[in-house]
Amino acid sequence: MKTDYIGKPTSRVDGALKVTGTAKYAAEFSADGLTYGYVVSSTIAQGTIKKIDLEEALNLKGVLQIFTHENVSGLAWFDRSYKDEDAVAGSPFRPLYDKKIRYSMQPIALVVAETFELARYAASIIKVEYTTESHISDLKENIPNSFKAPKGKVGFKPPVSRGDAKEAFENAPVKIASEYIHSAEHHNPMEIYATTVVMEPDGKLTVYDKTQGVSNCQAYISKIFGLSAKEVRVMSPFMGGGFGSGLRPQYQLFLAVLASLELKRSVKVSLTRQQMFSFGHRPASVQQMALSASPDGTLQSIAHTAYGETSMFEDYTEVVVNWSGLVYQCENVEQKYDLVKLNTYTPLDMRAPGAASGFHAIESAMDELAYALKMDPLALRLKNYAERDQNDKKPFSSKALRACYAEGAAKFGWDKRSIEPRSMREGNNLIGWGMATGSWDAMQMKATANAVLTADGKLTVGSGTSDIGTGTYTIMTQIAAETLGLPIENVTFKLGDTLLPEAPLEGGSWTATSVGSAVQSVCTTIKEQVFKLAKKVKNSPFANADLKEVNFDNGEISLKLNPSKTLSITDVMKQSGKVSIEEEATTMPNPIHMLEYSFNSHSAVFVEVKVDEDLGTVVVSRVVSAIAAGKILNPKTARSQILGAVVWGISMALEEDSVVDNNFGRFINHNLSEYHVAVNKDINDIEVIFVEEKDDVINPLGIKGLGEIGLVGVAGAVANAVFHATGHRVYNLPITMDKVLGLSE
Amino acid sequence: MNTFSYTRANDVADAVQNGSVKTNFKFIAGGTNLLDLMKENVERPDHLIDLSRITLKEIEDTADGGLRLGALATNANTAYNQKVEERYPLLSKAILAGASPQLRNMATNGGNLFQRTRCYYFYDLATPCNKREPGSGCSAINGYNRIHAILGTSEHCIATHPSDMCVALAALDAKVNVTGIHGEKVIDFADFHRLPGDQPQFDNILEPGDVVTSLDLPKNNLSKHVTYLKLRDRQSYAFAIVSVAAALELDGDVIKDIRVALGGVAHKPWRIKSAEIALIGKAATVENFKVLAENLLADAKGFGSNTFKIELAKRAIVRALTEVAKAI
Ligand SMILES: Cc1cc2nc3c(=O)[nH]c(=O)nc-3n(C[C@H](O)[C@H](O)[C@H](O)COP(=O)(O)OP(=O)(O)OC[C@H]3O[C@@H](n4cnc5c(N)ncnc54)[C@H](O)[C@@H]3O)c2cc1C
Ligand code: SF4
Repeated sequence: MKTDYIGKPTSRVDGALKVTGTAKYAAEFSADGLTYGYVVSSTIAQGTIKKIDLEEALNLKGVLQIFTHENVSGLAWFDRSYKDEDAVAGSPFRPLYDKKIRYSMQPIALVVAETFELARYAASIIKVEYTTESHISDLKENIPNSFKAPKGKVGFKPPVSRGDAKEAFENAPVKIASEYIHSAEHHNPMEIYATTVVMEPDGKLTVYDKTQGVSNCQAYISKIFGLSAKEVRVMSPFMGGGFGSGLRPQYQLFLAVLASLELKRSVKVSLTRQQMFSFGHRPASVQQMALSASPDGTLQSIAHTAYGETSMFEDYTEVVVNWSGLVYQCENVEQKYDLVKLNTYTPLDMRAPGAASGFHAIESAMDELAYALKMDPLALRLKNYAERDQNDKKPFSSKALRACYAEGAAKFGWDKRSIEPRSMREGNNLIGWGMATGSWDAMQMKATANAVLTADGKLTVGSGTSDIGTGTYTIMTQIAAETLGLPIENVTFKLGDTLLPEAPLEGGSWTATSVGSAVQSVCTTIKEQVFKLAKKVKNSPFANADLKEVNFDNGEISLKLNPSKTLSITDVMKQSGKVSIEEEATTMPNPIHMLEYSFNSHSAVFVEVKVDEDLGTVVVSRVVSAIAAGKILNPKTARSQILGAVVWGISMALEEDSVVDNNFGRFINHNLSEYHVAVNKDINDIEVIFVEEKDDVINPLGIKGLGEIGLVGVAGAVANAVFHATGHRVYNLPITMDKVLGLSE
Repeated sequence: MNTFSYTRANDVADAVQNGSVKTNFKFIAGGTNLLDLMKENVERPDHLIDLSRITLKEIEDTADGGLRLGALATNANTAYNQKVEERYPLLSKAILAGASPQLRNMATNGGNLFQRTRCYYFYDLATPCNKREPGSGCSAINGYNRIHAILGTSEHCIATHPSDMCVALAALDAKVNVTGIHGEKVIDFADFHRLPGDQPQFDNILEPGDVVTSLDLPKNNLSKHVTYLKLRDRQSYAFAIVSVAAALELDGDVIKDIRVALGGVAHKPWRIKSAEIALIGKAATVENFKVLAENLLADAKGFGSNTFKIELAKRAIVRALTEVAKAI
């Protein structure tokens, strides 16, 4: 059919807006009399502000106000008012709340001035005196003070153990044990965090914010500042990358709203790139793995312990270790996840939170075990393939991981691999092949969408979700167009606005499933209405037909058995005298299915590296990523998601490193010159395979989401390839030349 | 606002004259380094004297068979200049190993000499730094010093000079032509940048108000066997962890002339002429290259996160020379 868009490569509907600069981002909105805020960040990591001298700055003509803990009061009292949808256990950070400094680069003042340059200058002449106290910033050193990760975050399940891993390990003939460390990583989306608050003439606020959840921000602002939902409209039509950094309201939102309400002016607050290192990040982790097996490779025990960092005020949790017990069949599994409090901001979900870190350790350890067994690493995975989720003792709604292994290996040429390390070379380069498994949750949340079909055959669908660059605009438009059988040009999808029906936070790879289901549902309802009308029009060919007996395609309704009998949707509307049909629908995951099944996407990643034997430099020359994620809505945007995630994985494996200087308790390479992310030259061949995976259980569309799965496993596969090339295993990320050469740890 | 005045210099004399009557001023050429430093409040000049309109953009032959590079020629125009590519390919390679095409289109040859260190602490006003604020202390010595120096350091500063271009200029024995209040002077490239000592705030030996007008490359026979090997933490758009500018003149496999300069290891491009001379007349073998590498790094000292550079630099030298010796 002409308007079957689902599953077809479809170019981004917002592509032209983006490449012509028409798409507007939070800092690009303006208003009459707009003022500008600039944030002053603390220079110490722990202590108190003794004195903050604003005089010189306040005397500058054009400086309107400087907000500090000394002049901000009367805001919500209880922690619950500051908790947002992605909050964790503990007491959320309150900007400008008291004189206490809890982490380096904590916002301690907001200067508001008539121009950005003036605000920035005024900020630079504010004199702050601190009473410095000793800080805690070294994760590894502070492991003795670790504690069990508490519940509190939506979706976080504390790990459970089964069997007796210790005893099995003792008795097993083949075993390995190792420790993996990586430091914090920052999301660093291209677009910097910014909020433009427009004070409307009636005193209401229109807030343009960089966020992955407009309703989350609206609720946050309303609770803290005592406003009703009607008084605050939050919009975020475009986002220059999120990766999880926009799941919680960032402090510039609080500051911009505060200033706007106090000054009765419109205010824009934009952070600097350095300040992008002053909030959530992927937490540093120390992981310990111990695996044992019988000589044929059957796993006897898995022990996985992870220590993650968190802030002094909240306990951030993510699922790091549970994956060990999920992906492999094993009776004896010990899983432990502890936190260590540091003087840092609370970590925050970053693309495949927990899994990206956890799988690096699990898959590196599986690789190490394969060598100990003298076994092919892929064969070891297949030997221990988990048919069921043993953590939760449930079947999977679908699991085509075997197909990922098979198709990925075939495309990569895995069967030509020699098991011995250092067995392939080319000039000065040692060549290595490594592989890894990945998994991610396939989640669905409650979501609502509305839709209006007008007499001209145009459909507008809306839901307050966001498009963080993933292609939400496009896939929702596809789903709506196909469901109602309309040409894609006749469909507009709206998002990122609290006037739209509520959608969940854009994260966790659940947007396609959640919002997609709501969009499909509301369009189906409209379709039913249109068909009811169609049956009633004069001489209707469908008078006696059932909805099942007709096609909606290309703006027309036709009888399946007699396609020449048609009526166009516009005719139906006209003849019925309908100006528009408006509907709203809310969808939720099937609660019975939720109890009965586990929902996961899977991947198999194959990597080739070239390592200079003398110099230790690593080039990832080839990657094959095979993904099982249910039905693929749009192979084009889907492939981009996986490509981007693989690039990220390479970056994570080889480059990304937010370095804490423990003398200052401060991220010290806080700019994009020294915080390295992969550049074009680092990236070579990447092939993406979507294996067939039919899933009738998960949702009517059969989709699982693709935001994170492409990243999981990549770092492990790269690390394993480096070992295969060199015979030297690098346990700590990033894998830099000095570590490859064994010159640094 | 951080206010400053801006003057456009018409010619070198105008620039020098303007500089002689101003205090706390900075020349600006491509602006690719200075503007960043101003945004970070590391540099806070009261006056900017813009050199970019001065016609010092030519690349022309000198009477003694060498080449003169205008101080305001861009890095891109220099690297892709046919004469440079043919006669001084080492320089082209070094320039192209640095920054990005956009930056090289703006950056000038003069400005490249003056670019300041990339030391994390130098850029972060929250931390002490002797180079930025003399006497405040050096945060890098006991801090994170992955990108720092292993040679010629002092207890006051262990910063490196981050340029790639300058490493090649050092290897090529370039001369720097300068005009100042007291007239013109010619400075050997080896003497242009200085070691930190107890005055790390000074990167070079120029006096305030001195304008670099051009760089002279003397004639040599080093166009055949050259390479610029840059080791860095990603394949492009990163400063050197260690770099080697290497050039050989060979007679069969006998070394007639040899140049090795290192980048990313010191406050200036690192060269030890005596170590090079020791190899002249000897065979171009890995063993001999290793001797040179040991000599160049003999006084190296690591500070923790950069200690690996000592071994890495030796390997890089041997690799670079082995490669150029092979390329006949
Ligand atoms: C992101 C980034 C990455 C980079 N990567 C690299 C790299 O990998 N390798 C590398 O070598 N470089 C790199 N650079 C640095 C770049 O090469 C320098 O910024 C550039 O060469 C400076 O030239 P400019 O003309 O823009 O200097 P400006 O910024 O205009 O000036 C710099 C300084 O030089 C002085 N000055 C300029 N011209 C003269 C003159 N004729 N006489 C006297 N004083 C003068 C100015 O007063 C100023 O203090 C990078 C820069 C950036 C921003
Ligand atoms: S190494 Fe030099 S530039 Fe860096 S902190 Fe020390 S004094 Fe400053």
